[in-house]
Amino acid sequence: MLSKRVVACLDVREGNLAKSIRFINTKDIGDPVSKAKEYYDDGLDELVFYDITASSDNRNIMLDVVQAVAEQIFIPFSVGGGIRTIEDANRLLWAGAEKINVNSAAVARPELISECAQAIGSQNTVLSMDVKRVEVNTACPSGFEIVINGGRKPMGLDAIQWAKQGAVLGAGELVVNSIDADGTRDGYDIELTRQIAEAVAVPVVASGGAGHPDHLVEVLTEGKADAALVASMVHYGDYTVSALKAHLHERGVKVRLRF
Amino acid sequence: MHAFKRASLLKTPSVTIVDYDAGNIRSVQRACSAVGMDARVTASPEELLTADRLIFPGVGTAESAMQIIRQRGLDEALRQYFSQGKPLLGICLGLQVVLDTTEEGQESCLGIIPGGCHKFQFAEPGLKVPQIGWNQIELKSQHPMFGNIRSGDEFYFVHSYYAQPLQDDNVLAETTYGDIVFASVIGQRNLFATQFHLEKSGRLGLALLSSFAQWDGTEC
Repeated sequence: MLSKRVVACLDVREGNLAKSIRFINTKDIGDPVSKAKEYYDDGLDELVFYDITASSDNRNIMLDVVQAVAEQIFIPFSVGGGIRTIEDANRLLWAGAEKINVNSAAVARPELISECAQAIGSQNTVLSMDVKRVEVNTACPSGFEIVINGGRKPMGLDAIQWAKQGAVLGAGELVVNSIDADGTRDGYDIELTRQIAEAVAVPVVASGGAGHPDHLVEVLTEGKADAALVASMVHYGDYTVSALKAHLHERGVKVRLRF
Repeated sequence: MHAFKRASLLKTPSVTIVDYDAGNIRSVQRACSAVGMDARVTASPEELLTADRLIFPGVGTAESAMQIIRQRGLDEALRQYFSQGKPLLGICLGLQVVLDTTEEGQESCLGIIPGGCHKFQFAEPGLKVPQIGWNQIELKSQHPMFGNIRSGDEFYFVHSYYAQPLQDDNVLAETTYGDIVFASVIGQRNLFATQFHLEKSGRLGLALLSSFAQWDGTEC
């Protein structure tokens, strides 16, 4: 039986680790490579890096980060942020990333998902989606709307529909980011996660809102997620990865303990 | 100074990685460096045959992999290398194609170990294909490659097809996914192959790779 995964998310801006609250007020909080190594040594199951560098001129910094991580860390890791073409994806894979996360560019041009799946395999193609709760309307019957460009642009696209379409196009995994929960540490959006996990046949990574170990328990059981993404709660040293996994184990969630 | 000491006091084990456009060559190479193995990559059958230790990695589909392997003449070279008795490590797709056949596509495989590959199919909803993630292995043999690895240890899997060798003694470890128990490590004499990605399986994966650096290619 598969273990549930604890995934650490590192937002990287101009080569530095950064953290936002509800996608704004971003501040730099350290060196992403040493943080990643610390989590790896503490039993982390997977890493996700998002390049939130504003200027595309500085994207090569991310390639250096990816390469440094790949030389020291031997667990799966994916990279997202600003990936628009297969060439972008290939550069990151060559630098050492294993999976590629597409987000805004895939909403604008859904074929990007199938192109990636074709070129690098579905298992390495991750669709990351930023979701905001809205009033139920005809465009968004679930009340969950896809938002792009770092949470700034609502798309009038239903998140559950988009999740299904992404999986059909070849995404091998979905990362579901709740903008409402991001950085709040009040808990994941369980309802959103569960609706998406029930709608698709690919693994779902829940993201946004983790602040207490019980939040991970909830989203991995009630929320039906395959993996729980953490950021603030480990970046600021409030919890360690091993403590989170020990807590999950105590609560009966199967996790990898010997590493 | 440091480099000089290493070179003069310790002979760095060298390993050759077979390149057939199978994706994860560089992560395997980096994992080799991390355990002190000097890894060269080759797509040439002649060079492959001169290797002391060979890693046969792979991601992707068995069908296209076998096509490229045949086009490059690597199929015969791999069989010949195996028959020389030198250590051979297969990873993921590199495990699947050492069997005779696979349900994936029309190509026959290398036929080093009798058996075939089947696609995961589950009656129960909620079991996802491919299997992606960390799963446990149950050891079925005292193979020297296992070293300190024990039953219950977890490794990182990404696959839609699973191996079913015909003979039980080729099954070195098993893993359960849903109601399917499959061979997650198989072997025969100087061949040891893992369905999981040991290069992505953290320290325990690297421990297996370290064992491979020292392995003499015998089963006991």
